[in-house]
Amino acid sequence: MAKITLVEAVTMALAHELEHDPDVVILGEDVGINGGVFRATAGLAQRFGEDRVIDTPLAETMIAGMTVGMATQGMKPVAEAQFMGFIYPMVDHVISHAGRFRNRTRGRMHCPLVIRAPYGGGIHAPEHHSESTEAMFAHMPGVRVVIPSSPSRAYGLLLAAIRNPDPVIFLEPKRIYRLHKEEVEDDGEELPLDMCFVLREGKDVTLVTWGAMTKETLEATDKLAEQGISAEVIDVATISPLDMDTIYESVAKTGRCVIVQEAPKNCGVGAEIAANLADSQGLYSLQAPVKRVAGYDTVMPLFRLEKKYMPSVDRIIKAVNETLEVS
Amino acid sequence: MTTVASFSIDYVQHLSPEGQLVGDKAPPIATDFEQLKKLYELMVLTRVFDAKAIALQRTGKLGTYASSLGHEAVHVGMGAAMKYEDVFAPMYREYGTQFYRGVKMSEVLLYWGGDERGSNFSGPKHDFPWCVPIATQNLHAAGAAMTFKLRGQERAAVTVIGDGGSSKGDFLEAINAAGAFKLPLVLVIVNNQWAISVPRKKQSGGQTLAQKGIAAGLPSIQVDGNDLIAVHAVMDEALKRARSGGGATVVEAITYRLSDHTTADDASRYRPQEEVENARRFEPISRLRKYLMSNNQWSAQQENQLLKDCAAKVDAAVEEYLSTPKPAVTDMFDYMFAELPHDLAEQRQYALEMENNG
Ligand SMILES: Cc1ncc(C[n+]2csc(CCOP(=O)(O)OP(=O)(O)O)c2C)c(N)n1
Ligand SMILES: [Mg+2]
Repeated sequence: MAKITLVEAVTMALAHELEHDPDVVILGEDVGINGGVFRATAGLAQRFGEDRVIDTPLAETMIAGMTVGMATQGMKPVAEAQFMGFIYPMVDHVISHAGRFRNRTRGRMHCPLVIRAPYGGGIHAPEHHSESTEAMFAHMPGVRVVIPSSPSRAYGLLLAAIRNPDPVIFLEPKRIYRLHKEEVEDDGEELPLDMCFVLREGKDVTLVTWGAMTKETLEATDKLAEQGISAEVIDVATISPLDMDTIYESVAKTGRCVIVQEAPKNCGVGAEIAANLADSQGLYSLQAPVKRVAGYDTVMPLFRLEKKYMPSVDRIIKAVNETLEVS
Repeated sequence: MTTVASFSIDYVQHLSPEGQLVGDKAPPIATDFEQLKKLYELMVLTRVFDAKAIALQRTGKLGTYASSLGHEAVHVGMGAAMKYEDVFAPMYREYGTQFYRGVKMSEVLLYWGGDERGSNFSGPKHDFPWCVPIATQNLHAAGAAMTFKLRGQERAAVTVIGDGGSSKGDFLEAINAAGAFKLPLVLVIVNNQWAISVPRKKQSGGQTLAQKGIAAGLPSIQVDGNDLIAVHAVMDEALKRARSGGGATVVEAITYRLSDHTTADDASRYRPQEEVENARRFEPISRLRKYLMSNNQWSAQQENQLLKDCAAKVDAAVEEYLSTPKPAVTDMFDYMFAELPHDLAEQRQYALEMENNG
């Protein structure tokens, strides 16, 4: 079994579904012969033909609207937004239709579609190529939002997203597209949606994160271990709907929680997790206030400053130490 | 059955690829050699700059950069037809227009070097900065044109879109608004045949892209985008019409993207090298040089001197760019609002502390 990167796992999952389900089609800008600007669809047009892997005109509203239309007719379109920064013209169709068709028609029609988009900062990209606006989609009823953080989870979760009968926004943390290689078997085994993954077990503090921030969070965990602090790390993976049970269980054990998100702090997914802890029995497990380490509530700066915007290992450790000081 | 509408699209070329005047109605600029030489020099400077920017990117001194190679005539021609008080709303590779309007090369480098200060550029303060979300700028230009119209000013807005971008709703909505409101606007489709890896024929079933303007009720024309004289003439006419209340125009400039899409792209994956080699035969700079030389307006000696001057100017710009100190961490907060709200003030303080301790 070959070791593959996260982006290669995306390609492998797409190929698997193209191979096994004739209703699956891919559409987007430059996804064809070019194989996508991040190579996520590399080789697929050559292998499955240009009727299955469709280069579209440059028009995101068209891609999203047609994706909705195709999904209602029983296709399983997997659309690509070239970057999350260009997903906004698609939002109308996601919020106004994809998330509503099933409910609107009392189940007569539904939208088994996926919109994939690379997201997040740290790759020295131009403006609009670095933001993390996942919370916007998490706020939309009727839509799932899924974020993988490793090659195996990218493969298993994307399979599940494509097979899921409802719309899924699948956000790919592009900073870690090629960071690690992992052995991933192309066995068509999906991973469960709507569930967190516990990446490290620990007893002193629960670190909750998703996407590329798993990298800094795990690094911080290693450093904390050197200080004798044992941190549990949870990868949320599906940010909507949230699997709070896994988080409650962890916090019941540790009594402390630090949430790490790359996105701006205000009204982010971290706020939702913290609110759930506050308005449930989770509150009684807490021995210290929940802390959030997040991007600032500013425009994501161009890359000369982007590192200073994004949560760092130091910022995570600082927050953990502050949490532990509360007794 | 009666025909209720019909249309045709004219194609304008004044300078053949061999550098000969063609057709009988040469515009005044064709014999204004002082102006032509100035524009030629700017085209060459733009190209020298472009090569340097790519070299900087390759050596890690610049971020992703979008080359303007092959677009010099359409870019410089647009700039030269505009007046200072007109507004320019570009996409991301129209450096020739911007240099004509006073933007500095070091500012272009700052922008692609990941520094917002590049967008606070020299040149007209009313010009829009680079615009990444494709076609959104077209509507901003329509809004600027609406402003001129409401205020009764004799000004026009010029905005650019690619062959790919002309598929977007925002572009189509902009030309529709331009026709509905009779706006002083010129929309230039720079058709360089490729939108990253997607060829022109996959963007639209229309024979031309210019004809989209017909549907919006606008005079619409195709021009040889590698012919500076033709671009200037077509833009001059469209701008005069716009400024004098005659409404908007769609111009489709036919050119070719001789480079990769950006430095992050590898065009060899999707387009044959022969196509590029063939397109090189039509490129704008040698065409204008041949014209100037055949009219005894330019010599090999002048060419050598020009290349030396351009290299020196570009080197000075690079020096200025590289010696610009890093922005302060507080910069990301300080331009968010007219007055810093309390929550950002707290975050700013925290960022400063992290900076000083980390
Ligand atoms: C709304 C939007 N979608 C996608 C992109 C990514 N993108 C940047 S340039 C480009 C192709 C543009 O092609 P074209 O309009 O022909 O202009 P050119 O780059 O050829 O000058 C794409 C798809 C973007 N910047 N904005
Ligand atoms: Mg193009």
